[in-house]
Amino acid sequence: MAKANFDVPELKEYVDVPELVEGTMAHLSPFIAKPDHNIPLGFPGELVEDWHDKALEKLDDLRSRYRSLQVYLDACVKCGACTDKCHYYLSTKDPKNMPVGRQDLLRKVYRRYNTFAGKYFPWLVGAEDLTRETLDDWYSYYHQCSQCRRCSVFCPYGIDTAEISMAAREILDSVGYGQKYCNEIIAKVHEKGNNLGLPGPAILDTLEGLEEDVEEETGVVVKFPLDVKGADILLVTPSADFFAEPHVDGLIGYGKVFHEAGISWTLSTTASEAGNFGMFIGSYENMRKVAMRIRTAALELGVKRIVFGECGHAWRVAYAFLNTLAGPFDFLDPKYPVPQHICEFTYDLIQQGKLNFDKSANDDMTLTFHDSCNVARATRMGDKPGGQFDIPRAVIKAVCNNYVDMDHETIGEKTFCCGGGGGLLTDDLMEIRVKGALPRMTALQNAIKEEGVTHMAAICAICKSQFTKVLPYYGMDMDQIVSVHQLVSNAIILTGQNTDEDDADDESDGDE
Amino acid sequence: MAIEVNGKSFETDEEGYLVNLSDWEPGVADVMAKEDDLELTEEHWDIINFLREYYEEYQIAPAVRVLTKAVGKKLGKEKGNSKYLYALFPYGPGKQACRFAGLPKPTGCI
Repeated sequence: MAKANFDVPELKEYVDVPELVEGTMAHLSPFIAKPDHNIPLGFPGELVEDWHDKALEKLDDLRSRYRSLQVYLDACVKCGACTDKCHYYLSTKDPKNMPVGRQDLLRKVYRRYNTFAGKYFPWLVGAEDLTRETLDDWYSYYHQCSQCRRCSVFCPYGIDTAEISMAAREILDSVGYGQKYCNEIIAKVHEKGNNLGLPGPAILDTLEGLEEDVEEETGVVVKFPLDVKGADILLVTPSADFFAEPHVDGLIGYGKVFHEAGISWTLSTTASEAGNFGMFIGSYENMRKVAMRIRTAALELGVKRIVFGECGHAWRVAYAFLNTLAGPFDFLDPKYPVPQHICEFTYDLIQQGKLNFDKSANDDMTLTFHDSCNVARATRMGDKPGGQFDIPRAVIKAVCNNYVDMDHETIGEKTFCCGGGGGLLTDDLMEIRVKGALPRMTALQNAIKEEGVTHMAAICAICKSQFTKVLPYYGMDMDQIVSVHQLVSNAIILTGQNTDEDDADDESDGDE
Repeated sequence: MAIEVNGKSFETDEEGYLVNLSDWEPGVADVMAKEDDLELTEEHWDIINFLREYYEEYQIAPAVRVLTKAVGKKLGKEKGNSKYLYALFPYGPGKQACRFAGLPKPTGCI
């Protein structure tokens, strides 16, 4: 683990609501995107000279396009219900990291230029001019929001800070003041087909390696197909599943499940990424362009179904927006959800009794489950309310003997963000990532102490990478975070698989 | 930003990665390691050389599993895992080792 050049919060039994300390995080801003990152996304290369007028024009444009944004800017009555709900505020004490404080950075400018009271009596209504200082504050604090929407659960008006944060980032991008991490990645997706910039041959090499590994482990040939025309299912999964740990262990799990189900499937080189960072920067145009790759790949490959792998925000884009962004998907088989989540897919097979498991394969672990923010608060799974909470847990419990939930105030709809979502998963924001993980780390540590939990499972590539990095700051091990389908992979018994009993039979020379 | 290697100056980005990948020479890794308080051993060089070879073929850093498998094959199974790589490169094999090897920074949800 790298040395921290900031104070890592101390884990206590509870996270206390701290007293306000102004400006504790004012120093933190992510690296600024360069022309190479901005221009392919349709943004000015660098900060434009007339940024003041252009920013206000963009705000007008967004208000006219998104009724929700207009309502959110107008509706807040400063009731205070959101103030202690953000993981970043709880861990940094900075009032601009309170949801209402974050919203007000944009709202005060909106009021100054767009409301009667703000135009004539700005001092009465907290309206302020758009200055360079405000623009820099936007850049800093709208990149300290992981767009997790926990605050919106508690707001009596349902004001969604994530949407305000997305709008602010889009305004910043429109004047050439975008964030390097997100924009560089979106540019790579447009060029290469995935966030990592993995070319086809590298994906193929990685998948062939997985086939070797699974065969060596189980004796069964499990294919990880790429660009196979006529397959039934197109699997769209985060490129981290090819690249990182524990993500890849989840990918192995998907492959085993497809194999055992006897359904043909394929990955696609051009749609080798479920993630869609266009959402993080609030850019409809970029989000649509990224989503269209999936439609194009599905048509070219002639698949009947689309299944999404373990990726949190991708599932939001897929579940909530895919049809309007890239639809209609009338060319897919209407008997199945469009699209389907891999957890739904596996759960259905479990319900039908089509998968066999040896749950004891996971007996070295006691599991808990981290609800990822976008899955928890922006989507569903299955056909019942709360399916997005129940189905992943049902999958885990089908393959593990030891499972407990963390504190109920920190899971389900009220889940705390991992601290690295919404385009914050970059080293230049490590301070806010580590601090923002405090509530989740506290709940996890309590579950470790009280329930003997050893590992936490998740279904989001960002959560997995974030915890891998952040757990060691809190004195835990990086490999305590696991993929849900990694657990499936451990326990599934493939037809014809080598078993310990086979080995024992071999040794006893077969007495039947 | 820039780093000085054997009297030559090479441009680096804000995260310390070489801007021009063709600038790389072994001294770059030594200087970068020194800045991170690391002394490069033969074990480090095995990884750095593998990264460079892989990059030359595939134009991307190898996936962690590809890397650990290659290390396991070459140096023995007990070394073919992330723990071994993190012991060598505490900031992470994907990021720190890639920087030393003159590769671009891997981006994405990693």
